[in-house]
Amino acid sequence: MKIYLKIWRQDSLATAGEMVVYQLDEVSSDMSFLEMLDLLNESLIQKSERVIEFDHDCREGICGQCGVMINGRAHGPLAHTTTCQLHMRSFKDGDTIHIEPFRAAAFPVVRDLKINRHSLDKIIQSGGFISASSGEAPEANGLLISHPVAEAAFDAGSCIGCGACVATCKNSSADLFTSAKITQFALLPQGNIERTERVLAMVDQMDAEGFGHCTNTEACEVECPQEISVLHIARMNYEYSKALLLKRN
Amino acid sequence: MLDSKIPDGPLADKWDNYKEHVKLVNPGNRKKLDVIVVGTGLAGASCAASLAELGYNVKSFCFQDSPRRAHSVAAQGGVNAAKNYKNDGDSVFRMFSDTIKGGDFRSREANVYRLAECSANLIDQAVAQGVPFAREYGGYLNNRSFGGVQVSRTFYARGQTGQQLLLGAYQALMRQVGSGKVKAYTRHEMLELVVIDGKAKGIITRDLVTGEIERHAANAVVLGTGGYGKVYYLSTLAMGCNSSAIWRAHKKGAYMSGVSWIQFHPTCLPQSGEHQSKLTLMSESLRNDGRIWVPLKPHDDRKAIDIPEAERDYYLERRYPTFGNLAPRDIASRAAKERIDAGCGVGVMKNAVFLDFSKAIKEQGQEKIKEKYSNLFKIYDKINAVNAYEEPMLISPAAHFTMGGLWVDYELMTTIPGLFALGEANFADHGANRLGANSLLQASVDGYFIAPYSIPNYLAGELKAEKITTDHPAFAEAEKTVREQLRNFLTINGRLSADHFHKKLGQLLYNGCGLARSKESLTKTIAEITALRTQFYQDLKITGDEKVNSELEKAGRVADYFDLGLLMCDDALSREESCGAHFREEYQTPDGEALRNDKDYCYVSAWEWKGELEPHELHKEPLVFENVSLTVRSYK
Ligand SMILES: Cc1cc2nc3c(=O)[nH]c(=O)nc-3n(C[C@H](O)[C@H](O)[C@H](O)COP(=O)(O)OP(=O)(O)OC[C@H]3O[C@@H](n4cnc5c(N)ncnc54)[C@H](O)[C@@H]3O)c2cc1C
Ligand code: FES
Repeated sequence: MKIYLKIWRQDSLATAGEMVVYQLDEVSSDMSFLEMLDLLNESLIQKSERVIEFDHDCREGICGQCGVMINGRAHGPLAHTTTCQLHMRSFKDGDTIHIEPFRAAAFPVVRDLKINRHSLDKIIQSGGFISASSGEAPEANGLLISHPVAEAAFDAGSCIGCGACVATCKNSSADLFTSAKITQFALLPQGNIERTERVLAMVDQMDAEGFGHCTNTEACEVECPQEISVLHIARMNYEYSKALLLKRN
Repeated sequence: MLDSKIPDGPLADKWDNYKEHVKLVNPGNRKKLDVIVVGTGLAGASCAASLAELGYNVKSFCFQDSPRRAHSVAAQGGVNAAKNYKNDGDSVFRMFSDTIKGGDFRSREANVYRLAECSANLIDQAVAQGVPFAREYGGYLNNRSFGGVQVSRTFYARGQTGQQLLLGAYQALMRQVGSGKVKAYTRHEMLELVVIDGKAKGIITRDLVTGEIERHAANAVVLGTGGYGKVYYLSTLAMGCNSSAIWRAHKKGAYMSGVSWIQFHPTCLPQSGEHQSKLTLMSESLRNDGRIWVPLKPHDDRKAIDIPEAERDYYLERRYPTFGNLAPRDIASRAAKERIDAGCGVGVMKNAVFLDFSKAIKEQGQEKIKEKYSNLFKIYDKINAVNAYEEPMLISPAAHFTMGGLWVDYELMTTIPGLFALGEANFADHGANRLGANSLLQASVDGYFIAPYSIPNYLAGELKAEKITTDHPAFAEAEKTVREQLRNFLTINGRLSADHFHKKLGQLLYNGCGLARSKESLTKTIAEITALRTQFYQDLKITGDEKVNSELEKAGRVADYFDLGLLMCDDALSREESCGAHFREEYQTPDGEALRNDKDYCYVSAWEWKGELEPHELHKEPLVFENVSLTVRSYK
């Protein structure tokens, strides 16, 4: 099929970017979206042009490295699907596809569609862990965790850190990302001890990185490849208020 | 002479003996010692975090935009540990002997025993970090069985075992970054190892954002840079997985072992066209309930449901009645290839076999199957737009795991003092074939439990050594090599992209040095690769500049793959036997099983680099088996 593309090109953060028009005449519907970009890049090389830079690695929806806005939607038209798992059969012959980077103040553009999501690492550094140094651990079955609790913690812990929640949010909020980690550990007995410090530090870091605030539009949940629930945000707010109270007392 | 430094004493006491006698570094002195850890997968992240916890200064490197994205995330199936929670007769010794046998007796007893011995601790460590392994209703940890063994020793976290284990290690690493003990360098690629007076003293990296070439000095360098299955282009690895870190270390004197031993995973999604960039793995656990078959007659174009039971060939059940569909990976993959080559393959490119759940659905009900595999069926549907509850999946073998890598001794040190290799980057525990769910374990055990003893044992001797800075001429020289290579790629100005060469190389290797190889195929492949390599240096085309440039990154990786590919063929050619993943067509039994030759080949090949396009020199580490007897691996 024939596909028309309008793709964001930007040399670096310091320079202005623009949408550039391309055309591909022979796109197969079995191709993945990223393989379509490979094809385009191959044609740019033939024309001696610089290729379009985009992020990707595993190409199977688990590493969280890929992610672009496709026709205005984070990761494209399918709900709960990463960019790399999107296939061209989701488009029709003659379609025009707009491709832009994930946009947020906390995700500066590196080049073209590549962005820097270091801010998410910084949130984890501030408290997104259980302090258990190597060698300290007790016998694993010494700690019983009921099946439903383990499963609920897992639902929260399955985040792949792609940043689609931020990109799709009109406030560029990282609440879904941060709350998922906070919930995972708040539910588990191992995470209980550091619960208060964790939520305070992570929420503060989120603000410091320049992410916006959540206004409950719930757009993030729709795009999240792991279907992480916005209810975690409510839980984070509860944990945060409780922690503040505890700290004051 | 290769010295594997295996500690004295009975097998079960070796690791304790070692730990009791290692040199220690006084806590006050540790902050004077710097360690570079390249890689943030399970091996690298766990090692970097553990060393920082001990008080060493650590610099951590990865090429992705975050340490959490290392390809360990992709592991679905599980991680093994000899906990014997199922009371089904598992033990450290049994796990050891399963692993030795699974590796077709081409690994070192002492290393494998230690892997099994430390396995239980890994589960404890992961649970303490909050890794959400599957649990039973009573709250205890759950297990399942995995290909090639008869006990249930596999711990799992839905289809995300690797992701969850890596998050545990990543979070431990982030904790140390937050506390300032580790400095993290993301989007950095290691392009040279710096060796001074025979010891590893630093690396040269390229910042993949600014293009800057940087020098980093340290008292020891650790490579946890993963596997190189991507050499075949089509594989289950990530697009960025590479051999460059280990290969450049190899060119500086670190020997490579088991180079051609690459596991092809039997349950991957087949290639569907020329555009294909990777092959997605479907978890091996599917083989617990799925039955594998092809049409009995070659070139049968009917749809699966139209082929009556009597005209189906359940070839694994036929050839291996005891293990059936759960036969180990190398055997299952080769059996698939045998049928595909015989013209019985299915799918558009006739390169696949069926994985059929109809019997399991009939017996257990669709709900039960859904409960076990819904995420996998969903992935399958996403990629192929096919509902596998209604028609069988199409699967095919794909390059997956590299048993080969840098030769290491018992301390995980390469032949360059001060250079350590961990995880999939080394050749150690898996012999000629890795058992499923043993490699997440190996990467983790290397990083959490072994390196924190063996690296300080080396560092203790570094305290008195002269402090090296990046002003040393060896750094300047290594930097020059890197700059020249990059400039060369940018100025060849030929016609063809790096991917073009990578795909061609992959195809050559798959045909000549893949699931099966022969003297004839290998000799032919060496000639073909050599010619393609020459063309690469004349006809490569890299556009763009020296800053962010994914094409420039690819060029360096493909250049190394050419040299690696040649060594893979030499390695396979030199071993005139079949063992594990290495199946030489000349060496098989009348019914097509691998024919090992313990009399002449019971050793590990360790290859020494002798210069550009020069033949490598072969060194041999004899393998001695005192605790298991060398038997013929049979899964019939
Ligand atoms: C699809 C798939 C499924 C699997 N399933 C299982 C399973 O169920 N059970 C199991 O036990 N094993 C499984 N494995 C194998 C297992 O996941 C790997 O062997 C293991 O995770 C490797 O870990 P690692 O730390 O050695 O390497 P990786 O996790 O690959 O990490 C490599 C690191 O090195 C860095 N790096 C590489 N080169 C450079 C360079 N030149 N410069 C800077 N940094 C560099 C990367 O950025 C990355 O951080 C699976 C593998 C795959 C591909
Ligand atoms: S490339 Fe890894 S999630 Fe898309």
